[in-house]
Amino acid sequence: MYRYDSYDQAMVDARVAEFRDQARRRLEGKLTEDQFKPLRLTNGLYLQLHAYMLRVAIPYGTLDSRQMAMLATIADKYDRGYGHFTTRQNIQYNWIKLEDCADALADLATVEMHAIQTSGNCIRNISSDHFAGAAADEVVDPRPYAELMRQWSSFHPEFTYLPRKFKIAVIASEKDRAAMRLHDIGVRIVKRDGEVGAQFYAGGGMGRTPMVAPLIRDFVPIDQFITYAEACLRVYNRYGRRDNKYKARIKILVHELGAAEYIRQVEEEFAHLLSVGVEPPREELARIAEYFALPPFRHPSESWDLEQLQSKVAGDPSFRWDDGFGQWVRQNTHPHKAPGYVSAVISLKPAGGIPGDATSDQMRVVARLAKEYSFDELRVMHTQNLLLPHVRIADLPAVWAALDAAGLGSANMDTIEDIIACPGLDYCSLANARSIPLAQRISERFAQSGRTELVGELKLKISGCINACGHHHAGHIGILGVDKKGKENFQLSLGGSEAEDVSLAKITGPGFDEDGVIAAVETVTEVYLASRTEGERFLDTYRRIGMEPFKEALYG
Amino acid sequence: MKILTGNDLRSGAVTWWNGTGWSLFVDDAVDVGEEAEEILAREEAARRVNAPYACQATIDAAGHVRPAHIKDRVRALGPTVRRDLAVPTAQKTGWDWVI
Ligand code: HEM
Ligand code: SF4
Repeated sequence: MYRYDSYDQAMVDARVAEFRDQARRRLEGKLTEDQFKPLRLTNGLYLQLHAYMLRVAIPYGTLDSRQMAMLATIADKYDRGYGHFTTRQNIQYNWIKLEDCADALADLATVEMHAIQTSGNCIRNISSDHFAGAAADEVVDPRPYAELMRQWSSFHPEFTYLPRKFKIAVIASEKDRAAMRLHDIGVRIVKRDGEVGAQFYAGGGMGRTPMVAPLIRDFVPIDQFITYAEACLRVYNRYGRRDNKYKARIKILVHELGAAEYIRQVEEEFAHLLSVGVEPPREELARIAEYFALPPFRHPSESWDLEQLQSKVAGDPSFRWDDGFGQWVRQNTHPHKAPGYVSAVISLKPAGGIPGDATSDQMRVVARLAKEYSFDELRVMHTQNLLLPHVRIADLPAVWAALDAAGLGSANMDTIEDIIACPGLDYCSLANARSIPLAQRISERFAQSGRTELVGELKLKISGCINACGHHHAGHIGILGVDKKGKENFQLSLGGSEAEDVSLAKITGPGFDEDGVIAAVETVTEVYLASRTEGERFLDTYRRIGMEPFKEALYG
Repeated sequence: MKILTGNDLRSGAVTWWNGTGWSLFVDDAVDVGEEAEEILAREEAARRVNAPYACQATIDAAGHVRPAHIKDRVRALGPTVRRDLAVPTAQKTGWDWVI
C-alpha cells in the first residue's frame, strides 16, 4: 500500500492546522456561514438534514487495518458509533460536531487520511476497481496509476476552481467494476504489444442528465498519461459552462461540442503540453509502484482450491455447503491472481439493514481480519461493501465464522439483496424521498421468501433524488425518489448497467408510492423468472424481450 | 403557521425558534408570522443558529406543532431508519406523525 512521504504528511498536517483556525474563527463569529461554507466543504464537512456530515477520502478504496481501526475510533469518539461507506469508496460520518471536526481530521492525519477534495468543484477522490491488485483478469494493478493521479490532482492549483465537481475512475481490466464510463473521466490501463498505456473515456456521469462517456483516446503511452489527463481537464476548465450549475459538468461540454470536437481540442492542448513537459518523472511512477508490490503469497501447496475446501468442511455442521458458508463462498468470493487465494466480499447488506452502514465494532472486526488474513489490506467497494482482497482459501472458514458472528456474513453479492441506496431523506437535505427504507423492505422480503439465489444477479439501485448518488440510472432495476405534491413517490426504471456492458436504465411509466414500488419490483422479477432462458440474468432477459412485457405486467 | 428552524452552529443539532431562543423540541416552535426574515437575519448574525429558514406548520388540538413538509418532519425527529438515534422530540412525541 502507498505510504505518505514527508511532503504528503506535511501537506495534510498543514491543512488540519489551517482548518482548525478557520473553524475557530467561524465559532467565534469572525466568519459568516457564506464565508465559511466553501472552506468547510473543501475539507469534506457538509451540513445535512440533522447535523454536520464529514466525508473522508479513501483513495481508490484501499486502506489498511490501522486506518480502518481509526475510522472506528472516530465513529466512537466524534460520532455515534457508525459510519456509512459510499458508492465513491469513501466513508461518511453523519453526526460530527463543528467544534470536534478539526480534532477528527487531526486523528485521521495520524493514519495518513484526510477529507480534502471530498466536496467542491475540484477533482474528487479517484476511484478504482475494488479487486485491483488481486483480480485474476487485470492487466496490471491500476492503483499505482490512480495514486499518481491522486498526487497530480491534490491541490493542483489550476483545478481547484473547476466549473463543477470532477470524478475520475481508473481500472485495468476488460471487466468494469468501477462504473468507469459513468465518470467525468474514465481511464482503462491497457497493454498493447507489451507496452502499458491508458485508454481514456470522457464525459460520463449520472445526475439529472446521465451520460455514458465516449472513448476519446484508445492509447496514450504511459509516460504521457498525466499530460493527457491535464489536457482533458484544461479544455474543460476553459470551456465548461460556469453560468448554469446544471450544465457545468464535463458531460454537457462533450455532448454539446460533440466528442470529435472535444477530442480535437484535447489533442491540440496535449501537443502543446508535451512541448512544455508537465509529466511527472518516470521514477515517480516507479517509486509509487513499489508500494503496490504483490504481497508474499504462500505456495499453493499451503492452501486449497475450492473443491478441496468443500471436501475439508464436509460433515461440519458449522460450515454447511448448501447454504450458510458454502453459499457465501460461491456468492461472495472472486477469483484471485495467486493460486490458492480469493478476494472475499464483506457484505454491508444484511437483510433489512441499511446499505453501506457499519458499526465501529464491525469496523474493528474487519480491521483484525485484514491483518490476520489479508496481508493487512482492505477495500471499500462502490457497491457499499467491504473487501478482503487476498484471502487464502484455507482460511475462508475462519474468516466467514468471524464475519458471520459480527453480522457481516450475508452471502448476497450482486443479488437483489445487495442494493445500493443513497442516504435519501433520512439524512440528506437534497432528497425528495427516503431510499433506505425501500432497500430494507426489499432485501428483507427477498431474503425471507428465499428467492434471492433463484433470481441470481440483479443490481437494484436507489437514489432519493435526481442527483443519482445511488446510481439508479445504472441499475438493472433503478428506483428514483421524487416529490409528488409533498408525498414520497418512486419512479421505476429498468435495463441500466454500470459494468462493461454499460447502459442507462429506462423509466417504466408512472411512479408508485412506497408499497407500490416494492410490489412493482416483485412484479418485474416475476416477469423475468417467467421469461428467462437458461443462464440469463435479469439484464439479459430485459435486453432480449424489451420493456413491453414488464410494462404490461406493471400497468396492465 | 410559519415557524423557524436551523442547525446549531457548534453541534449541528436541529433547532426550532421558540420566541426567545432555539429549542431542540419542535413543539416549542412559535408562529413568527411576518417577522420571519427579521429574526432569521438577526439570529444568524448573532451565530446562534446555522443556515436557518422558515417553514410551514400546523398546530393540532393538543398543541403539537407539526411541520407541513416531510423533510421538516424528518428533521424534527431524526432518521426514520435509526429510531435509536432519535432526537429528544421523538422521545416525547413518538414517530407516528413523521410521514
Ligand atoms: C448526503 C450528502 C450528499 C450530498 C449533498 C450529495 C450531493 C450530490 C450532488 C449535488 C450530486 C449531483 C452532481 C451533479 O450531477 O452535478 C451528487 C452526485 C453523486 N453523488 Fe452525492 N451527495 C451526497 C451523498 C452521497 C453519498 C452518500 C454517495 C455514495 C453513496 C454519493 C455519491 C455520489 C455519486 C456516485 C454521484 C453521481 C455521479 C456523478 O457525479 O454524476 N453522494 N451528489
Ligand atoms: S441522490 Fe439525492 S437524496 Fe440521495 S444522497 Fe444524493 S443528493 Fe441526497
